Amino acid sequence: MSTQAPPRPGRLGGSPRRVRPGGPARRRSQRRVTIGGTIRTICALVVFLASIFPVYWMVNSSLLPGAAVRSSTPHLWPDEFTLDNYVTVLTPGNRSIDFLPALRISVIVTLSTVVFALLFAFLAALALSRFRFRGRRMLIVGVLMIQMIPAEAMMISTFRVLDGWNLVNTTIGLTLVYVATVLPFTIWTLRGFVNGVPAELEEAAMVDGCSRMGAFWRVTFPLLAPGLAATGVFAFIQAWNEFTFALIIMNRADQRPLPVWLRAFVQATKETDWAVIMAGSTLVAIPVIIFFLIVQSRMTSGLVAGAVKG
Amino acid sequence: MSSAVRAARSRDLGELVSPPRRSSGPTPRRRLQPPPFLRGPWLLLTPALAVIAVITGWPLAQLIVMSFQKYGRAQIFGAPPEFVGFDNYVEVLTDTEFWQVLGRSLLLCTACVVATMGLGIAVAVLMTRLGSGLRLLVSIGLLLAWSMPALTATTIWGWLFDTRRGLVNYLITEFTPADFTGHSWLNNWVSFYFVATVIITWQSVPFVAFTAYAALTQVPREVLEAASLDGASSWQRFRRVVVPHIRAVLVVLLVLQIIWDMRVFTQIYTLQTIGGIAEQTNTIGVYIYVTSVAGGDMGAGGAIAVLLVLIMLAMSGYYIRSVLREEGI
Repeated sequence: MSTQAPPRPGRLGGSPRRVRPGGPARRRSQRRVTIGGTIRTICALVVFLASIFPVYWMVNSSLLPGAAVRSSTPHLWPDEFTLDNYVTVLTPGNRSIDFLPALRISVIVTLSTVVFALLFAFLAALALSRFRFRGRRMLIVGVLMIQMIPAEAMMISTFRVLDGWNLVNTTIGLTLVYVATVLPFTIWTLRGFVNGVPAELEEAAMVDGCSRMGAFWRVTFPLLAPGLAATGVFAFIQAWNEFTFALIIMNRADQRPLPVWLRAFVQATKETDWAVIMAGSTLVAIPVIIFFLIVQSRMTSGLVAGAVKG
Repeated sequence: MSSAVRAARSRDLGELVSPPRRSSGPTPRRRLQPPPFLRGPWLLLTPALAVIAVITGWPLAQLIVMSFQKYGRAQIFGAPPEFVGFDNYVEVLTDTEFWQVLGRSLLLCTACVVATMGLGIAVAVLMTRLGSGLRLLVSIGLLLAWSMPALTATTIWGWLFDTRRGLVNYLITEFTPADFTGHSWLNNWVSFYFVATVIITWQSVPFVAFTAYAALTQVPREVLEAASLDGASSWQRFRRVVVPHIRAVLVVLLVLQIIWDMRVFTQIYTLQTIGGIAEQTNTIGVYIYVTSVAGGDMGAGGAIAVLLVLIMLAMSGYYIRSVLREEGI
């Protein structure tokens, strides 16, 4: 198995045909490849367009004046380019649907979630990965199972518990909920990364004279940095996007994080101004898209690199 | 569930895809254990376990207790709740609306899962047949769709399907004989669910496609070549060689999709904000919220929530077992 040639992506079906030498058979197969190739190209373009079109349409609508968006023929590209919609969203005016206070809440909650979730998850991942102890398997099963409990089922009782501690409509309350929500999967992901750093490296550093903690901080921790970064971004995206708990816990107009704000904003401007709504959506989505592309390139390249190198 | 978790899952599944590679080779599967460098692992676990116990465990216990209590508006304003045994469960399970909601949730879930798995696998197969340039193009498109927050995605599609100025109505009216001017997609529960299915599928296909693609690249080429030499057609090769190789991954994907689509909340709730008749379109997640908050019956809401948790845990059993097996725990 270990000497097996690396499986290459993208050459499952086509390759045997393509390498076959010969006269008429070869010509025939080439023609078939061309027709198949055209169909595949068309399919690829359809998939690409279907995936990006809604995102494009959001940005396009947000860059058009409201009158153009309301006109009976749609503008397929921002030919009457304007940033007015963004100005409208960002200008304070209506206290209940102001963007900037919601942005502030979201930033505070998201960043505190990332910091605490990473710290706690890192310690827990070390314990689960570097130790064998009674109850370890049970804990891992527990971590996996807790993730399966839907937020929709927990929202009411979580609200009641937080209410009892006067934590409703506070950033601390929401942060606590998010830390608890993202912990199981941050622990699980980080555990994978810690598993990937061989304990032998630490042992080697200790043979060379490092203390146990020194070996950990100088050898293992730097190797875990990419894992911590990726996990942190995951926690960021989840806290930034979370809607269910935010909806019930932050129910006061001046304490809304961005997703709840966007919903209130849609409700307030519905049917009247899709251009402004799309500008708001774009502003909410941009940080996530950026972070997602950062991590995902790492993740998929990891997947694909692993697959190619065998 | 958010896209981040799906991304994390794709990593898990990436590991799941490649067990032969990991278990082969000279390195032993289980490495030597270093002696503990802190007094016991439990110390390291304390902060995480404390947060989970207080913020997830305690409300979960409360939820279970609440589901056995009469907990209505009077109790919210301070009256002591009384225990009523299984009354809430009986009330819920004999309520026709609950069964309607459950049936609709199952219907929506089935539609989404079938569409997502079908399209996802098709895109994955397509990606294996593309040149690197086109494959990159497809990947970028999928990533963009994947990264959209559920709420934003729902809002965008709500705009595309808008009654008066939506692009969909415009295109149908313009390019087909049908006149869809002013057609309301959200006012009828069937077309409401159609729109919801489109949104959910659009967001879920990338995860399935990437994971299935990663699995497909692990199918050994020699076996395919051997099958091809033995005269297997490309469909036979796919059906008899490729599918058995990636079956484990596909089943896990299927289970995860069912779990995620069964509990869908954000998309339905937001679509109801944009338009549509809420009572006819509630799924089970939204129904819990409506019963507990708008209806003020937290006892019944709690009972439904407990039922949902049980359904989810039962369905995730297969997933958890297969992850544990692959991780060798």
